Amino acid sequence: MIRIANGQGFWGDWLEAPVRLVEQGPIDFLVLDYLAEVTMSILQKQKQDNSALGYARDFPPLIGRLAHGLKERNIKVVANAGGVNPAACAQAVLQSAPGLKVAVVHGDDVLDRIDEFLGKGYEMRDMDTGRPISTIRSRILSANAYIGAFPLAEALDTGADVVIAGRSTDTALTLAPMVHKFGWQPGDWDKLAAGTIAGHIIECGAQCSGGNCQTDWQNIPGMADIGYPIVEAEPDGSFTVTKHANTGGRVHSDTVKEQLLYELGDPKRYITPDCIADFTTVQLTNTGPDRVRVTGIRGGPRPPTLKLSISYANGWKAVGTLVYSWPQALEKARAADRIVRQRLAGLGLAFEEIYTEYFGMNACHGAAAPPNPDPPEIQLRIGVRGQDRKAVDRFTRELIPLVLNGPPGATGFGEGRPPVREIVAYWPALLPREEIQTRVEAIA
Amino acid sequence: MRKPLGSIAHTRSGDKGDTANIGVIAFRPEDFTTIVREVTPERVKQFFGDLVKGNVERFELPNLGAINLLLHESLGGGGTVSLRVDAQGKTYGAALLRMEIEID
Repeated sequence: MIRIANGQGFWGDWLEAPVRLVEQGPIDFLVLDYLAEVTMSILQKQKQDNSALGYARDFPPLIGRLAHGLKERNIKVVANAGGVNPAACAQAVLQSAPGLKVAVVHGDDVLDRIDEFLGKGYEMRDMDTGRPISTIRSRILSANAYIGAFPLAEALDTGADVVIAGRSTDTALTLAPMVHKFGWQPGDWDKLAAGTIAGHIIECGAQCSGGNCQTDWQNIPGMADIGYPIVEAEPDGSFTVTKHANTGGRVHSDTVKEQLLYELGDPKRYITPDCIADFTTVQLTNTGPDRVRVTGIRGGPRPPTLKLSISYANGWKAVGTLVYSWPQALEKARAADRIVRQRLAGLGLAFEEIYTEYFGMNACHGAAAPPNPDPPEIQLRIGVRGQDRKAVDRFTRELIPLVLNGPPGATGFGEGRPPVREIVAYWPALLPREEIQTRVEAIA
Repeated sequence: MRKPLGSIAHTRSGDKGDTANIGVIAFRPEDFTTIVREVTPERVKQFFGDLVKGNVERFELPNLGAINLLLHESLGGGGTVSLRVDAQGKTYGAALLRMEIEID
Protein backbone atom coordinates (compact mmCIF):
# COMPACT_ATOMS: atom_id res chain seq x y z
CA MET A 1 0.00 0.00 0.00
CA ILE A 2 1.19 3.52 -0.76
CA ARG A 3 -0.14 6.81 0.59
CA ILE A 4 -0.63 9.62 -1.92
CA ALA A 5 -1.72 13.05 -0.66
CA ASN A 6 -2.87 16.14 -2.55
CA GLY A 7 -1.70 19.40 -0.99
CA GLN A 8 -2.75 21.89 -3.65
CA GLY A 9 -6.00 21.83 -5.65
CA PHE A 10 -5.10 24.87 -7.76
CA TRP A 11 -2.49 27.61 -7.87
CA GLY A 12 -3.55 29.79 -4.98
CA ASP A 13 -4.77 27.02 -2.70
CA TRP A 14 -3.90 27.03 1.03
CA LEU A 15 -0.14 27.43 1.47
CA GLU A 16 -0.09 25.51 4.76
CA ALA A 17 -1.74 22.37 3.36
CA PRO A 18 1.33 20.68 1.84
CA VAL A 19 3.42 21.49 4.92
CA ARG A 20 0.85 19.89 7.22
CA LEU A 21 0.55 16.82 5.00
CA VAL A 22 4.30 16.26 5.29
CA GLU A 23 4.55 16.98 9.02
CA GLN A 24 1.34 15.63 10.56
CA GLY A 25 1.38 11.97 9.55
CA PRO A 26 2.66 9.34 7.15
CA ILE A 27 2.56 9.85 3.36
CA ASP A 28 4.74 8.46 0.56
CA PHE A 29 3.87 10.85 -2.26
CA LEU A 30 2.79 14.49 -2.23
CA VAL A 31 1.05 15.67 -5.39
CA LEU A 32 0.44 19.34 -6.15
CA ASP A 33 -1.85 20.58 -8.92
CA TYR A 34 -1.09 24.12 -10.09
CA LEU A 35 -2.66 24.45 -13.52
CA ALA A 36 -6.12 25.58 -14.50
CA GLU A 37 -7.29 25.91 -18.08
CA VAL A 38 -5.99 29.40 -18.74
CA THR A 39 -3.04 29.38 -16.34
CA MET A 40 -0.74 28.33 -19.18
CA SER A 41 -1.38 31.56 -21.11
CA ILE A 42 -0.53 33.71 -18.08
CA LEU A 43 2.69 31.75 -17.67
CA GLN A 44 3.46 32.07 -21.38
CA LYS A 45 3.25 35.86 -21.10
CA GLN A 46 5.58 35.81 -18.10
CA LYS A 47 8.04 33.70 -20.06
CA GLN A 48 7.90 36.12 -23.02
CA ASP A 49 8.86 38.95 -20.67
CA ASN A 50 11.54 36.94 -18.84
CA SER A 51 12.86 33.65 -20.21
CA ALA A 52 13.64 32.44 -16.67
CA LEU A 53 9.93 32.56 -15.70
CA GLY A 54 6.76 30.82 -16.88
CA TYR A 55 6.22 28.34 -14.04
CA ALA A 56 4.31 28.34 -10.74
CA ARG A 57 6.49 30.66 -8.71
CA ASP A 58 5.06 29.50 -5.37
CA PHE A 59 6.49 26.04 -5.95
CA PRO A 60 10.29 26.43 -5.49
CA PRO A 61 10.02 28.25 -2.13
CA LEU A 62 7.48 25.65 -0.99
CA ILE A 63 9.91 22.84 -1.81
CA GLY A 64 12.62 24.75 0.03
CA ARG A 65 10.35 24.90 3.08
CA LEU A 66 9.50 21.18 2.78
CA ALA A 67 12.96 19.88 1.82
CA HIS A 68 14.04 18.66 5.24
CA GLY A 69 10.77 16.79 5.88
CA LEU A 70 10.74 15.27 2.39
CA LYS A 71 14.25 13.87 2.87
CA GLU A 72 13.70 12.73 6.44
CA ARG A 73 10.48 10.90 5.60
CA ASN A 74 11.41 9.83 2.07
CA ILE A 75 8.41 11.57 0.47
CA LYS A 76 8.41 12.11 -3.28
CA VAL A 77 6.70 15.12 -4.89
CA VAL A 78 4.84 15.10 -8.21
CA ALA A 79 3.66 18.48 -9.51
CA ASN A 80 2.60 20.17 -12.74
CA ALA A 81 4.26 23.35 -11.46
CA GLY A 82 6.50 23.56 -14.54
CA GLY A 83 3.91 25.45 -16.56
CA VAL A 84 5.48 26.48 -19.88
CA ASN A 85 9.02 26.40 -18.49
CA PRO A 86 9.65 23.20 -16.48
CA ALA A 87 13.43 23.49 -16.97
CA ALA A 88 13.54 26.92 -15.31
CA CYS A 89 11.26 25.63 -12.55
CA ALA A 90 13.69 22.77 -11.92
CA GLN A 91 16.61 25.18 -11.63
CA ALA A 92 14.71 27.30 -9.14
CA VAL A 93 13.84 24.20 -7.10
CA LEU A 94 17.48 23.12 -7.02
CA GLN A 95 18.42 26.55 -5.70
CA SER A 96 15.74 26.40 -2.98
CA ALA A 97 16.47 22.79 -2.04
CA PRO A 98 20.01 21.85 -3.15
CA GLY A 99 19.96 18.35 -1.65
CA LEU A 100 17.02 17.04 -3.69
CA LYS A 101 17.06 15.11 -6.96
CA VAL A 102 14.77 16.60 -9.60
CA ALA A 103 13.35 15.10 -12.80
CA VAL A 104 11.59 17.10 -15.50
CA VAL A 105 9.05 15.89 -18.07
CA HIS A 106 9.34 17.68 -21.42
CA GLY A 107 7.23 17.50 -24.54
CA ASP A 108 3.78 18.87 -23.71
CA ASP A 109 4.47 22.37 -25.10
CA VAL A 110 3.40 22.53 -28.76
CA LEU A 111 3.13 26.30 -29.24
CA ASP A 112 5.88 26.17 -31.88
CA ARG A 113 4.32 23.21 -33.68
CA ILE A 114 0.84 24.56 -34.55
CA ASP A 115 1.75 25.30 -38.18
CA GLU A 116 3.41 21.88 -38.48
CA PHE A 117 0.15 20.28 -37.31
CA LEU A 118 -1.94 22.44 -39.67
CA GLY A 119 0.40 21.37 -42.48
CA LYS A 120 -0.35 17.75 -41.66
CA GLY A 121 -4.06 18.46 -42.01
CA TYR A 122 -5.00 18.48 -38.31
CA GLU A 123 -7.75 21.08 -38.00
CA MET A 124 -7.69 21.17 -34.18
CA ARG A 125 -11.34 22.20 -34.10
CA ASP A 126 -12.74 23.64 -30.87
CA MET A 127 -14.26 20.62 -29.14
CA ASP A 128 -17.16 22.76 -27.89
CA THR A 129 -18.04 24.83 -30.95
CA GLY A 130 -16.54 22.87 -33.86
CA ARG A 131 -14.74 25.91 -35.30
CA PRO A 132 -11.38 25.20 -36.99
CA ILE A 133 -8.31 26.66 -35.31
CA SER A 134 -7.39 28.65 -38.42
CA THR A 135 -10.02 31.22 -37.29
CA ILE A 136 -7.87 32.18 -34.28
CA ARG A 137 -4.39 31.18 -35.53
CA SER A 138 -2.85 34.65 -35.17
CA ARG A 139 -4.18 35.10 -31.63
CA ILE A 140 -2.88 31.89 -30.02
CA LEU A 141 -0.96 32.53 -26.78
CA SER A 142 -0.17 29.01 -25.57
CA ALA A 143 -0.69 25.42 -26.72
CA ASN A 144 -0.01 22.32 -24.65
CA ALA A 145 -0.95 18.67 -24.86
CA TYR A 146 -2.41 17.10 -21.73
CA ILE A 147 0.01 14.33 -20.85
CA GLY A 148 -0.83 11.31 -18.75
CA ALA A 149 0.68 9.35 -15.87
CA PHE A 150 3.25 7.23 -17.72
CA PRO A 151 5.83 9.97 -18.39
CA LEU A 152 5.47 11.09 -14.75
CA ALA A 153 5.98 7.50 -13.55
CA GLU A 154 9.06 7.25 -15.77
CA ALA A 155 10.39 10.36 -14.02
CA LEU A 156 9.75 8.76 -10.62
CA ASP A 157 11.58 5.66 -11.86
CA THR A 158 14.77 7.76 -12.11
CA GLY A 159 14.79 8.04 -8.30
CA ALA A 160 13.85 11.71 -8.31
CA ASP A 161 12.64 13.37 -5.12
CA VAL A 162 10.70 15.98 -7.09
CA VAL A 163 9.02 15.41 -10.47
CA ILE A 164 8.16 18.57 -12.39
CA ALA A 165 5.81 18.48 -15.36
CA GLY A 166 4.09 21.06 -17.52
CA ARG A 167 0.54 20.41 -18.64
CA SER A 168 -0.08 16.96 -17.20
CA THR A 169 -3.67 16.10 -16.37
CA ASP A 170 -4.70 16.61 -12.77
CA THR A 171 -5.53 12.93 -12.38
CA ALA A 172 -2.15 11.78 -13.77
CA LEU A 173 -0.37 13.31 -10.77
CA THR A 174 -2.07 10.81 -8.45
CA LEU A 175 -2.03 7.88 -10.87
CA ALA A 176 1.71 8.22 -11.60
CA PRO A 177 2.92 6.98 -8.18
CA MET A 178 0.69 3.89 -8.57
CA VAL A 179 2.06 3.16 -12.05
CA HIS A 180 5.58 3.69 -10.67
CA LYS A 181 5.16 1.48 -7.58
CA PHE A 182 2.78 -1.20 -8.85
CA GLY A 183 4.13 -1.52 -12.40
CA TRP A 184 0.74 -1.04 -14.07
CA GLN A 185 0.86 -1.03 -17.88
CA PRO A 186 -1.37 0.20 -20.71
CA GLY A 187 -3.91 -2.61 -20.90
CA ASP A 188 -4.49 -2.66 -17.13
CA TRP A 189 -7.50 -0.48 -17.87
CA ASP A 190 -9.47 -1.25 -14.68
CA LYS A 191 -6.50 -0.40 -12.46
CA LEU A 192 -5.63 2.71 -14.46
CA ALA A 193 -9.28 3.79 -14.22
CA ALA A 194 -9.20 3.23 -10.46
CA GLY A 195 -6.07 5.36 -10.08
CA THR A 196 -7.61 7.99 -12.33
CA ILE A 197 -10.75 8.17 -10.22
CA ALA A 198 -8.59 8.32 -7.07
CA GLY A 199 -6.94 11.31 -8.73
CA HIS A 200 -10.29 12.90 -9.53
CA ILE A 201 -11.38 12.52 -5.89
CA ILE A 202 -8.32 14.30 -4.46
CA GLU A 203 -7.40 16.66 -7.31
CA CYS A 204 -9.33 19.57 -5.78
CA GLY A 205 -7.65 19.20 -2.40
CA ALA A 206 -9.99 19.61 0.56
CA GLN A 207 -13.08 19.67 -1.65
CA CYS A 208 -13.39 15.93 -0.89
CA SER A 209 -12.51 16.19 2.80
CA GLY A 210 -15.18 18.60 4.03
CA GLY A 211 -14.53 21.75 2.03
CA ASN A 212 -17.41 23.20 -0.02
CA CYS A 213 -19.55 20.36 1.32
CA GLN A 214 -23.33 20.92 1.42
CA THR A 215 -24.13 17.94 3.60
CA ASP A 216 -24.25 18.90 7.27
CA TRP A 217 -21.74 21.68 6.63
CA GLN A 218 -22.48 23.46 9.92
CA ASN A 219 -21.29 20.43 11.90
CA ILE A 220 -18.11 19.55 10.02
CA PRO A 221 -15.47 19.93 12.72
CA GLY A 222 -12.23 21.89 12.73
CA MET A 223 -12.57 23.64 9.38
CA ALA A 224 -9.74 26.05 10.24
CA ASP A 225 -7.43 23.04 10.48
CA ILE A 226 -8.97 21.10 7.61
CA GLY A 227 -7.04 17.96 6.64
CA TYR A 228 -6.20 17.59 2.96
CA PRO A 229 -6.98 14.22 1.36
CA ILE A 230 -4.84 11.09 1.29
CA VAL A 231 -5.40 8.04 -0.91
CA GLU A 232 -4.16 4.71 0.44
CA ALA A 233 -3.71 2.81 -2.82
CA GLU A 234 -3.46 -0.97 -3.18
CA PRO A 235 -1.80 -2.86 -6.06
CA ASP A 236 -5.20 -4.34 -7.09
CA GLY A 237 -6.66 -0.87 -7.80
CA SER A 238 -8.80 -0.57 -4.69
CA PHE A 239 -8.10 2.37 -2.42
CA THR A 240 -9.18 4.21 0.71
CA VAL A 241 -9.70 7.97 0.92
CA THR A 242 -8.73 9.42 4.27
CA LYS A 243 -6.84 12.30 5.96
CA HIS A 244 -4.36 12.62 8.78
CA ALA A 245 -5.62 11.95 12.32
CA ASN A 246 -6.24 15.02 14.46
CA THR A 247 -7.02 17.27 11.51
CA GLY A 248 -10.32 19.02 10.82
CA GLY A 249 -12.82 18.41 8.07
CA ARG A 250 -14.55 15.15 7.21
CA VAL A 251 -14.03 12.25 4.84
CA HIS A 252 -17.31 10.39 4.36
CA SER A 253 -19.16 8.85 1.43
CA ASP A 254 -21.20 12.08 1.19
CA THR A 255 -18.12 14.31 0.84
CA VAL A 256 -16.54 11.87 -1.63
CA LYS A 257 -19.74 11.58 -3.71
CA GLU A 258 -19.96 15.36 -4.06
CA GLN A 259 -16.40 15.47 -5.38
CA LEU A 260 -16.96 12.47 -7.68
CA LEU A 261 -19.74 14.45 -9.38
CA TYR A 262 -17.69 17.66 -9.59
CA GLU A 263 -17.00 18.85 -13.15
CA LEU A 264 -18.14 15.50 -14.51
CA GLY A 265 -19.46 14.94 -18.03
CA ASP A 266 -20.64 11.52 -19.25
CA PRO A 267 -19.91 9.35 -16.19
CA LYS A 268 -19.32 6.22 -18.29
CA ARG A 269 -16.69 7.95 -20.41
CA TYR A 270 -14.28 10.01 -18.31
CA ILE A 271 -11.55 10.39 -20.90
CA THR A 272 -7.90 10.85 -19.96
CA PRO A 273 -4.61 10.15 -21.78
CA ASP A 274 -4.28 7.01 -19.63
CA CYS A 275 -7.69 5.30 -19.95
CA ILE A 276 -11.42 5.88 -20.08
CA ALA A 277 -12.83 5.56 -16.56
CA ASP A 278 -16.40 4.51 -15.76
CA PHE A 279 -17.78 6.39 -12.75
CA THR A 280 -20.92 4.22 -12.73
CA THR A 281 -18.81 1.33 -11.39
CA VAL A 282 -17.53 3.12 -8.26
CA GLN A 283 -18.54 1.44 -4.99
CA LEU A 284 -18.09 3.42 -1.76
CA THR A 285 -18.06 2.04 1.80
CA ASN A 286 -17.58 3.98 5.01
CA THR A 287 -15.08 1.77 6.83
CA GLY A 288 -14.29 3.98 9.83
CA PRO A 289 -14.11 7.58 10.97
CA ASP A 290 -12.83 9.64 8.01
CA ARG A 291 -12.22 6.52 5.95
CA VAL A 292 -14.01 5.68 2.69
CA ARG A 293 -13.07 2.52 0.82
CA VAL A 294 -13.43 2.62 -2.97
CA THR A 295 -13.73 -0.60 -5.01
CA GLY A 296 -15.20 -2.07 -8.17
CA ILE A 297 -13.90 0.49 -10.66
CA ARG A 298 -13.85 -0.52 -14.32
CA GLY A 299 -12.24 1.23 -17.26
CA GLY A 300 -11.54 0.97 -20.96
CA PRO A 301 -8.70 1.62 -23.40
CA ARG A 302 -7.12 5.05 -23.68
CA PRO A 303 -8.21 7.10 -26.73
CA PRO A 304 -6.06 7.43 -29.89
CA THR A 305 -6.00 11.20 -29.43
CA LEU A 306 -4.62 13.58 -26.83
CA LYS A 307 -6.41 16.75 -25.83
CA LEU A 308 -4.74 20.08 -26.45
CA SER A 309 -5.13 23.02 -24.11
CA ILE A 310 -4.85 26.10 -26.30
CA SER A 311 -5.39 29.67 -25.17
CA TYR A 312 -5.91 32.71 -27.35
CA ALA A 313 -6.52 36.44 -27.01
CA ASN A 314 -10.22 37.20 -27.39
CA GLY A 315 -10.72 40.91 -26.66
CA TRP A 316 -11.19 42.93 -23.52
CA LYS A 317 -13.59 43.18 -20.64
CA ALA A 318 -14.37 45.23 -17.55
CA VAL A 319 -16.89 44.82 -14.74
CA GLY A 320 -17.96 47.69 -12.50
CA THR A 321 -20.27 47.99 -9.49
CA LEU A 322 -22.30 50.56 -7.55
CA VAL A 323 -24.43 50.02 -4.44
CA TYR A 324 -27.99 51.41 -4.13
CA SER A 325 -29.66 51.58 -0.74
CA TRP A 326 -33.29 51.33 0.41
CA PRO A 327 -35.87 52.59 -0.43
CA GLN A 328 -36.57 51.29 -3.96
CA ALA A 329 -33.02 49.93 -4.12
CA LEU A 330 -33.72 47.60 -7.03
CA GLU A 331 -35.68 50.20 -8.98
CA LYS A 332 -32.82 52.68 -8.61
CA ALA A 333 -30.24 50.13 -9.73
CA ARG A 334 -32.36 49.24 -12.77
CA ALA A 335 -32.75 52.92 -13.65
CA ALA A 336 -28.98 53.41 -13.38
CA ASP A 337 -28.42 50.43 -15.68
CA ARG A 338 -30.74 51.95 -18.30
CA ILE A 339 -28.90 55.27 -18.07
CA VAL A 340 -25.49 53.64 -18.54
CA ARG A 341 -26.67 51.70 -21.57
CA GLN A 342 -28.23 54.84 -23.09
CA ARG A 343 -25.02 56.83 -22.55
CA LEU A 344 -22.85 54.06 -24.07
CA ALA A 345 -25.14 53.95 -27.10
CA GLY A 346 -25.00 57.73 -27.31
CA LEU A 347 -21.21 57.55 -27.46
CA GLY A 348 -21.53 55.14 -30.38
CA LEU A 349 -19.71 52.38 -28.47
CA ALA A 350 -20.39 48.83 -29.56
CA PHE A 351 -19.75 45.73 -27.43
CA GLU A 352 -20.13 42.01 -27.98
CA GLU A 353 -22.05 41.89 -24.73
CA ILE A 354 -23.30 44.14 -21.94
CA TYR A 355 -24.39 42.09 -18.95
CA THR A 356 -26.08 43.34 -15.79
CA GLU A 357 -26.60 41.54 -12.49
CA TYR A 358 -28.25 42.75 -9.29
CA PHE A 359 -26.43 41.43 -6.22
CA GLY A 360 -28.93 40.67 -3.51
CA MET A 361 -31.52 39.71 -6.15
CA ASN A 362 -30.40 37.42 -8.94
CA ALA A 363 -26.63 37.46 -9.51
CA CYS A 364 -26.06 33.82 -8.54
CA HIS A 365 -29.32 32.10 -9.43
CA GLY A 366 -30.95 34.25 -12.12
CA ALA A 367 -34.60 33.41 -12.69
CA ALA A 368 -34.34 30.60 -10.15
CA ALA A 369 -33.77 33.04 -7.27
CA PRO A 370 -36.67 33.54 -4.84
CA PRO A 371 -38.52 36.88 -4.85
CA ASN A 372 -37.05 39.61 -2.66
CA PRO A 373 -39.67 42.39 -2.75
CA ASP A 374 -38.02 45.13 -0.64
CA PRO A 375 -34.26 44.57 -0.38
CA PRO A 376 -32.39 46.94 1.99
CA GLU A 377 -29.64 47.34 -0.61
CA ILE A 378 -28.67 46.15 -4.07
CA GLN A 379 -25.32 46.08 -5.77
CA LEU A 380 -25.53 46.94 -9.45
CA ARG A 381 -22.89 45.02 -11.39
CA ILE A 382 -22.43 45.83 -15.09
CA GLY A 383 -19.91 44.09 -17.30
CA VAL A 384 -18.96 44.69 -20.94
CA ARG A 385 -16.71 42.84 -23.35
CA GLY A 386 -15.56 43.41 -26.91
CA GLN A 387 -12.58 43.53 -29.24
CA ASP A 388 -12.11 47.32 -28.95
CA ARG A 389 -10.04 48.09 -25.86
CA LYS A 390 -10.78 51.82 -26.05
CA ALA A 391 -14.53 51.18 -25.92
CA VAL A 392 -14.14 48.97 -22.85
CA ASP A 393 -11.94 51.60 -21.22
CA ARG A 394 -14.54 54.30 -21.93
CA PHE A 395 -17.18 52.16 -20.24
CA THR A 396 -15.13 52.09 -17.02
CA ARG A 397 -15.60 55.88 -16.77
CA GLU A 398 -19.39 55.75 -17.00
CA LEU A 399 -20.29 54.33 -13.56
CA ILE A 400 -18.92 56.75 -10.95
CA PRO A 401 -20.60 59.86 -12.48
CA LEU A 402 -23.93 58.22 -11.64
CA VAL A 403 -23.29 58.88 -7.95
CA LEU A 404 -23.98 62.57 -8.65
CA ASN A 405 -25.92 62.54 -11.90
CA GLY A 406 -28.09 59.42 -11.56
CA PRO A 407 -30.74 57.98 -9.23
CA PRO A 408 -30.37 58.80 -5.50
CA GLY A 409 -28.67 56.69 -2.87
CA ALA A 410 -25.62 55.37 -4.75
CA THR A 411 -22.43 54.49 -2.91
CA GLY A 412 -19.68 51.88 -2.94
CA PHE A 413 -17.48 53.56 -5.55
CA GLY A 414 -14.43 53.79 -3.27
CA GLU A 415 -12.19 51.61 -5.38
CA GLY A 416 -12.49 53.88 -8.38
CA ARG A 417 -12.77 52.81 -11.99
CA PRO A 418 -12.71 49.08 -12.64
CA PRO A 419 -9.65 47.69 -14.47
CA VAL A 420 -9.75 46.67 -18.15
CA ARG A 421 -8.65 43.05 -18.51
CA GLU A 422 -7.58 41.10 -21.56
CA ILE A 423 -9.76 38.06 -22.23
CA VAL A 424 -7.67 34.94 -22.65
CA ALA A 425 -10.04 32.29 -23.89
CA TYR A 426 -9.69 28.52 -23.88
CA TRP A 427 -9.68 26.33 -26.99
CA PRO A 428 -9.79 22.58 -26.34
CA ALA A 429 -8.86 20.44 -29.36
CA LEU A 430 -7.71 16.92 -30.25
CA LEU A 431 -4.48 15.65 -31.79
CA PRO A 432 -3.29 12.11 -32.67
CA ARG A 433 -1.33 10.94 -29.64
CA GLU A 434 1.67 9.75 -31.64
CA GLU A 435 2.47 13.40 -32.40
CA ILE A 436 3.48 13.92 -28.76
CA GLN A 437 6.74 12.36 -27.61
CA THR A 438 7.61 13.11 -24.00
CA ARG A 439 11.13 13.08 -22.65
CA VAL A 440 12.30 12.72 -19.05
CA GLU A 441 15.35 14.63 -17.91
CA ALA A 442 16.89 13.69 -14.55
CA ILE A 443 18.82 16.52 -12.92
CA ALA A 444 21.30 15.78 -10.14
CA MET B 1 -46.49 15.60 -1.23
CA ARG B 2 -44.58 18.52 -2.77
CA LYS B 3 -41.23 19.33 -1.21
CA PRO B 4 -38.02 21.03 -2.29
CA LEU B 5 -35.38 18.78 -3.85
CA GLY B 6 -33.05 19.80 -1.01
CA SER B 7 -35.14 17.75 1.42
CA ILE B 8 -33.93 14.49 -0.14
CA ALA B 9 -30.71 15.36 -1.98
CA HIS B 10 -27.49 17.34 -1.94
CA THR B 11 -25.70 18.81 -4.95
CA ARG B 12 -22.36 20.02 -6.25
CA SER B 13 -21.87 22.05 -9.39
CA GLY B 14 -18.99 23.22 -11.56
CA ASP B 15 -18.04 24.07 -15.12
CA LYS B 16 -16.54 22.76 -18.34
CA GLY B 17 -16.32 25.68 -20.73
CA ASP B 18 -19.79 27.19 -21.24
CA THR B 19 -21.45 24.07 -19.77
CA ALA B 20 -22.30 23.83 -16.08
CA ASN B 21 -22.71 20.44 -14.45
CA ILE B 22 -24.82 19.71 -11.39
CA GLY B 23 -24.43 16.44 -9.51
CA VAL B 24 -27.63 15.61 -7.59
CA ILE B 25 -27.09 12.98 -4.89
CA ALA B 26 -29.82 11.28 -2.86
CA PHE B 27 -29.23 11.27 0.90
CA ARG B 28 -30.89 7.83 1.05
CA PRO B 29 -30.45 5.28 -1.77
CA GLU B 30 -34.21 4.63 -1.91
CA ASP B 31 -34.84 8.22 -3.06
CA PHE B 32 -32.79 7.76 -6.24
CA THR B 33 -35.86 6.64 -8.23
CA THR B 34 -37.76 9.74 -7.09
CA ILE B 35 -34.93 11.94 -8.30
CA VAL B 36 -34.84 10.16 -11.66
CA ARG B 37 -38.61 10.56 -12.03
CA GLU B 38 -38.82 14.19 -10.90
CA VAL B 39 -35.57 15.92 -11.91
CA THR B 40 -35.96 15.62 -15.67
CA PRO B 41 -33.92 17.63 -18.18
CA GLU B 42 -37.07 19.48 -19.29
CA ARG B 43 -37.96 20.58 -15.77
CA VAL B 44 -34.40 21.61 -14.96
CA LYS B 45 -34.26 23.75 -18.10
CA GLN B 46 -37.58 25.33 -17.22
CA PHE B 47 -36.46 25.93 -13.61
CA PHE B 48 -33.40 27.91 -14.63
CA GLY B 49 -35.26 29.92 -17.31
CA ASP B 50 -33.11 32.14 -19.51
CA LEU B 51 -29.96 31.23 -17.59
CA VAL B 52 -29.69 28.07 -19.71
CA LYS B 53 -29.56 28.92 -23.43
CA GLY B 54 -28.81 25.37 -24.63
CA ASN B 55 -30.27 21.98 -23.78
CA VAL B 56 -30.01 20.00 -20.55
CA GLU B 57 -28.52 16.48 -20.62
CA ARG B 58 -28.87 13.93 -17.86
CA PHE B 59 -26.80 10.88 -16.88
CA GLU B 60 -27.58 8.35 -14.16
CA LEU B 61 -25.16 6.96 -11.57
CA PRO B 62 -27.32 4.46 -9.64
CA ASN B 63 -24.23 3.21 -7.80
CA LEU B 64 -23.97 6.60 -6.08
CA GLY B 65 -27.72 7.30 -5.94
CA ALA B 66 -26.96 10.26 -8.15
CA ILE B 67 -27.68 11.95 -11.46
CA ASN B 68 -25.40 14.28 -13.38
CA LEU B 69 -26.97 17.21 -15.22
CA LEU B 70 -25.19 19.12 -17.97
CA LEU B 71 -26.59 22.63 -18.57
CA HIS B 72 -25.26 23.66 -21.97
CA GLU B 73 -24.65 27.34 -22.80
CA SER B 74 -25.44 28.42 -19.27
CA LEU B 75 -22.33 30.36 -18.20
CA GLY B 76 -22.33 33.45 -20.42
CA GLY B 77 -19.58 32.02 -22.63
CA GLY B 78 -17.79 30.35 -19.74
CA GLY B 79 -14.39 30.70 -18.13
CA THR B 80 -12.65 34.00 -18.72
CA VAL B 81 -15.12 35.18 -21.39
CA SER B 82 -18.12 35.25 -19.06
CA LEU B 83 -19.27 38.49 -17.45
CA ARG B 84 -21.30 36.62 -14.81
CA VAL B 85 -20.17 36.69 -11.19
CA ASP B 86 -20.71 32.93 -11.09
CA ALA B 87 -18.87 32.19 -14.31
CA GLN B 88 -18.16 28.63 -13.12
CA GLY B 89 -21.70 27.75 -12.06
CA LYS B 90 -20.49 27.09 -8.53
CA THR B 91 -23.85 28.11 -7.06
CA TYR B 92 -26.15 26.41 -9.60
CA GLY B 93 -26.33 23.23 -7.54
CA ALA B 94 -27.56 25.19 -4.54
CA ALA B 95 -30.19 26.91 -6.70
CA LEU B 96 -31.63 23.56 -7.74
CA LEU B 97 -32.22 22.53 -4.10
CA ARG B 98 -35.22 24.87 -4.19
CA MET B 99 -36.94 23.09 -7.09
CA GLU B 100 -40.27 21.61 -5.94
CA ILE B 101 -40.73 17.93 -6.61
CA GLU B 102 -43.40 15.32 -5.81
CA ILE B 103 -42.22 13.01 -3.04
CA ASP B 104 -44.05 9.72 -2.31
